[in-house]
Amino acid sequence: MLQKKRTLAELQNAAEFIARHVGPSTDEQQQMLSTLGCTNLQQLTAQVVPKAIAMADDLAIVDGCTEAQALAELREIAGHNRVFKSFIGQGYYGTITPNVIQRNILENPAWYTAYTPYQPEISQGRLEALINFQTMISDLTGMEISNSSMLDEGTAAAEAMALCQRMSKSKSSRFFVDSDCLPQTIDVIKTRAEPMDIEVVVADPASFSGDAFGILLQYPGASGEVRDFREIIGKVQAQKGLAVMAADILSLVLLESPGSLGADVAIGTTQRFGVPLGFGGPHAGYMAIREAYKRNLPGRLVGLSQDANGDPAYRLALQTREQHIRREKATSNICTAQVLLAVIAGMYAVYHGPEGLQRIAQRVHLLTCVLAQGLRLNKMVPTNKYWFDTLTLHTGKRTEQIVATAEEREINLRQIDAEHIGLSIDETTSSDDIVTLWDILLGEHGLNLDAVTAEVASSVPDDLIRTDGFLSHPRFNSYHSETEMLRYLRRLADKDIALDRAMIPLGSCTMKLNATAEMLPITWPEFSNMHPFAPIDQTAGYRLMIDQLESMLCAATGYDAMSLQPNAGSQGEYAGLLAIRGYHESRGDAHRTMCLIPSSAHGTNPASAQMCGMKVVLVKCDDQGNVDIADLKEKAAAHSQNLAAIMVTYPSTHGVFEEGIKEICQIVHDHGGQVYIDGANLNAMVGVCQPGKFGGDVSHLNLHKTFCIPHGGGGPGVGPIGVGEHLAPFLPKESEGGERRGAQVSAAPFGSASILPITWMYIRMMGRVGLKQATEVAILNANYIANRLQEHYQVLYTGANGRVAHECILDVRPIKDDVGISVDDIAKRLIDYGFHAPTMSFPVSGTLMIEPTESESMAELDRFCDAMIAIKNEVNQVANGEFQLDDNPLVSAPHTAAIVTADNWTRAYSRSQAAYPMDSLRDYKYWPPVGRLDNVFGDRNLICSCPSMSDYE
Amino acid sequence: MSKAVYTQDHEWVLIEDDVATIGVTEFAQEQLGDVVFVELPELGAELSAGDEAAVVESVKAAGEINSPLNGIVLAVNEALIQSPDLLNSAPQTDGWMFKLSLTDGLDVSKFMSSDEYQQFLVSND
Repeated sequence: MLQKKRTLAELQNAAEFIARHVGPSTDEQQQMLSTLGCTNLQQLTAQVVPKAIAMADDLAIVDGCTEAQALAELREIAGHNRVFKSFIGQGYYGTITPNVIQRNILENPAWYTAYTPYQPEISQGRLEALINFQTMISDLTGMEISNSSMLDEGTAAAEAMALCQRMSKSKSSRFFVDSDCLPQTIDVIKTRAEPMDIEVVVADPASFSGDAFGILLQYPGASGEVRDFREIIGKVQAQKGLAVMAADILSLVLLESPGSLGADVAIGTTQRFGVPLGFGGPHAGYMAIREAYKRNLPGRLVGLSQDANGDPAYRLALQTREQHIRREKATSNICTAQVLLAVIAGMYAVYHGPEGLQRIAQRVHLLTCVLAQGLRLNKMVPTNKYWFDTLTLHTGKRTEQIVATAEEREINLRQIDAEHIGLSIDETTSSDDIVTLWDILLGEHGLNLDAVTAEVASSVPDDLIRTDGFLSHPRFNSYHSETEMLRYLRRLADKDIALDRAMIPLGSCTMKLNATAEMLPITWPEFSNMHPFAPIDQTAGYRLMIDQLESMLCAATGYDAMSLQPNAGSQGEYAGLLAIRGYHESRGDAHRTMCLIPSSAHGTNPASAQMCGMKVVLVKCDDQGNVDIADLKEKAAAHSQNLAAIMVTYPSTHGVFEEGIKEICQIVHDHGGQVYIDGANLNAMVGVCQPGKFGGDVSHLNLHKTFCIPHGGGGPGVGPIGVGEHLAPFLPKESEGGERRGAQVSAAPFGSASILPITWMYIRMMGRVGLKQATEVAILNANYIANRLQEHYQVLYTGANGRVAHECILDVRPIKDDVGISVDDIAKRLIDYGFHAPTMSFPVSGTLMIEPTESESMAELDRFCDAMIAIKNEVNQVANGEFQLDDNPLVSAPHTAAIVTADNWTRAYSRSQAAYPMDSLRDYKYWPPVGRLDNVFGDRNLICSCPSMSDYE
Repeated sequence: MSKAVYTQDHEWVLIEDDVATIGVTEFAQEQLGDVVFVELPELGAELSAGDEAAVVESVKAAGEINSPLNGIVLAVNEALIQSPDLLNSAPQTDGWMFKLSLTDGLDVSKFMSSDEYQQFLVSND
């Protein structure tokens, strides 16, 4: 056979990854283009992207490379990190991720590629994992209800402050913060308090007068001190304030719980339950409350309900608290939380069980006591009277020398000031480490570890020794062998649909490939074992990677500076609006507080604006879903003196490149406002147009959408913000005295640093050509679907040339009106066909929004379209009377195996139509573990922890 | 309910002497869907017309109920706390929400009659 002679460069195929990431092959792209009447991608893109904003030049990003080369380059960068043994503590501790959890959750796409469990029927596995987490938190904190994670401890504290303000009947505008709180927590609290006109008082709780709507107490304190807060809690509550305790999760195994001390709210982090340090994140924060405050709880909450067959099933509960329903009246702007990390922390407790946790906590405490006793015998007495795992030592003039000696031995201690050192013991500390610490701190000491160990006693005050049990539920007492654990994790994963099973066509969510090569580096020890407060010369690799990533993202968006600190899109919005606020204030324009938001906006936008002290003014949208420019002009003019900003999503939440975007930006600029372009839909813009160039002053990016960080079942997210030069000084501060002087929004300086390598890898491998191609194929895939389905469903919005952007909305309201089949029925029926539903009822109620992303192949797109068309045919069967409205495959969907195989089958349709409506399902079938959820039952009967076995009877 | 008057916010108001009983209309309960939670005002609270008086939540929506009149809260329908579904099953009878003792008398011209409200619904459809 004659073979064409190929060049070495062709054979080396530096573009190999592009074809791995982009689903349709070149031939398939050509076929799909021809159905649209286009000859090439450029032609289609030109029909979609308005000329006025189209990029003339290529992206200023280097060409892509192979997976192997990118990994080698990142290895080299990671090599600049030097990972020392850390005794720094301060909310971040060494921990051992059980290997069975690392491989089967953290490194398992069945868990990390799942989406937020809005569709409960295909999410029972992770919902169970999350209710385990909630149970673990409520048990250990002694509280009645825990949510399913917060972004980190700092933001959890800030959210708790906001909750206290909403719930307290005190007239005070003061929030009292224990001066022994973690410094980063105090920073984030101050950030949040300022726009809300809350006066934050940081002082010793002993000086607390009682005048405050709330108080935050650290337990144990940053100094390590373990204090009894009963009296102070009584004092604040006597004056109608609320008490919040920031409690170390491992210490609670040994210490009386915040609930039993009388606290109203408990917050903290679960990092040390098996989640790697990762230079500060991502980790799962937590918040637990008294039941009375449940309707004011921020964040996601998993509850037990029942399905259509009356069987127990989980779902997200009380969603009316959240931004997607309550908008600026929501309890928080949180959308993405930290599901993957909460799952890991919860499973750590499942695997170790109460006895295993006790062994770990007691070991940590004993080693701390041994260390302290050896020091005491050598006249170095800890300044804290009691402790769990942390000591503060007066080291006097030797302080610097001790820290330097430690560093020579690759150990990091925490230098508190010129005369004090702090150190924290953790799960990874060995008895050898204690001897090493004696060597460093004391020099010659002559101590014998066994002898010292024999004579120590506990250092927990008698009144604070935990007396009640915890984690008695069978879930925490059944899976302690690796075999049982392995199978439990598999069983849960098998209940869910993640990207490893099928396309997840969620509009606005960009469920694209999370490539394995992108995921590998996050568990490299150089990245995963770094403490966020490690000395700067040890973190050179991280800083280099972060610098490069900031440059890449600036090049992609056209902005001048980028902050990677916000650890979710909602945090990005918040940080971006704070930057705008800071900018106006710096120019003497503090009165500019009006924020224009189109009615089509995502609920997070108004919720974020509210948190920044801005007032929301709604701008109308026209029939095509575009911003009503006449209305915008009128409102901008009416608020000209006080206009702070507009928040506008581009392409619009309706999936259209609005022609008027430049004019919209201009109008707002003319009235002195700043333009916030919500980057939720950036996947339609990279390489094609740049928000930083067509009028945006600031945007947040969702790295977990456009830039391949997996959704993790509802987090982690990363929401960096890009800004124009004029806003750069107002980016969140990363260190004291740095150029960025904006308020700190996350606990860690670089937010979710350990997952940034995912995005670095993606951009490095795709390069300028691949990134642009990804965008163009995302647009192609969406238009291909819109085109295939338009005979069967009405496509709601299109742009000037009749095209959609990277997503399309199907209007199924006429089906509801004419036939009685609802958007829910269609969404749930898709489960029987093996698919996750598209986004429901956003941005338009009663519609479905489909975003295929570039990663789905033509075969998968066709499989999805075939399913949608088959469902439409079933709708037609109802319409023409073949099926009754109350007895058809749609209203009874999804169908579990138990229902389909039941001995009694009396339905109007056959069992095979119920379960195998398409032949391709014979080859591979997903069986939903539960039938359709009863949402009403769950919200009327709220249960948020592991149900007792009797609930299953 | 023939004597009740209606607001554009889909509330009904029944006046008997100086006491107004307030609830939501059949149309409002249909729009909300299955109600799962009702928050009622505190007894003795002094409300001005337009103040947020109550909150009604379904699974997918939340609505604030504003007081249509100036008055002092005289009674609330405690039954709604345990059985929020009353608001769906009997919005204009057993699902009443709260009673106000009127402080400023009543200006009926602000409200719609039953017929006017029905026309209002049709014209806004």
